Amino acid sequence: MEIKLLYYLVPSLVMFCCGLYGFLTRKNMIAMLISLELMLNAVDINFTVVNRYLFPGSQEGMIFTLFAIAIAAAETALAIAIIINLYRVTKKVDIDEAKQLKG
Amino acid sequence: MEILYAIVALAIIIFSVLTVTTRKILRSATYLLFTLFAAAIVYFMMDYEFLGAVQIAVYAGGIVVLFVFSILLTTHPGSNSEKLANRHVWWGILAAVATAAVTGWALLSRCADLFSSKPEMADYTMQDLGNAMLSTGHGGYLLPFEAVSVLLLACIIGAVVVARKR
Repeated sequence: MEIKLLYYLVPSLVMFCCGLYGFLTRKNMIAMLISLELMLNAVDINFTVVNRYLFPGSQEGMIFTLFAIAIAAAETALAIAIIINLYRVTKKVDIDEAKQLKG
Repeated sequence: MEILYAIVALAIIIFSVLTVTTRKILRSATYLLFTLFAAAIVYFMMDYEFLGAVQIAVYAGGIVVLFVFSILLTTHPGSNSEKLANRHVWWGILAAVATAAVTGWALLSRCADLFSSKPEMADYTMQDLGNAMLSTGHGGYLLPFEAVSVLLLACIIGAVVVARKR
């Protein structure tokens, strides 16, 4: 059996939908961030796999994934800094409690 | 290769479902780690070794550790910290299923491309990657490279400013 392009896109689609579901249903902000990482990774897998299967002569998808990983790391670090700062103020990390960001 | 693919696909599906359905947030971070490892194996199967190494180093080494730290700082370990609100669960399921349906239909209407098999690729060495990152001509990525470095600097300063004690 040969592995086709579609066989990689289906797990990545499931991963993206799980991330979407988690992002909409979770109350804890860190859990929402985890779901966001799932969605970003699904998109990264899509970029890489489509690049490899359909355009093996050029590397744009792979390099775009590299930059996406770097930006996702920066975004996660900043979001966690904000969440921990919010936790100092309200003692909660639930999204319902985050009605104001002023200390 | 087929066996490895089956393991990786099952791992991605099962662990990403578990990541968003488990009740304990620390377990959620652990399942996220397994999902990220499976994604790294996909990159290795695509012959992008450097990308797989970056995925393991940045995600498994950096981001998941950051998640675990922040979870331990903000919740009591072992507690059922989240009660899923019923009002939102159905909207979440609806949005996820609708996305899956629309995207799946879009996938199936492009069958010809999707059943192409993996072509041969010339070996992409680290030297090619370095030349691509630091050249300005065709296929060069110097501008986004510099933009990412400025973004990382701004992110470091922002994290320090946001998280410092007052």
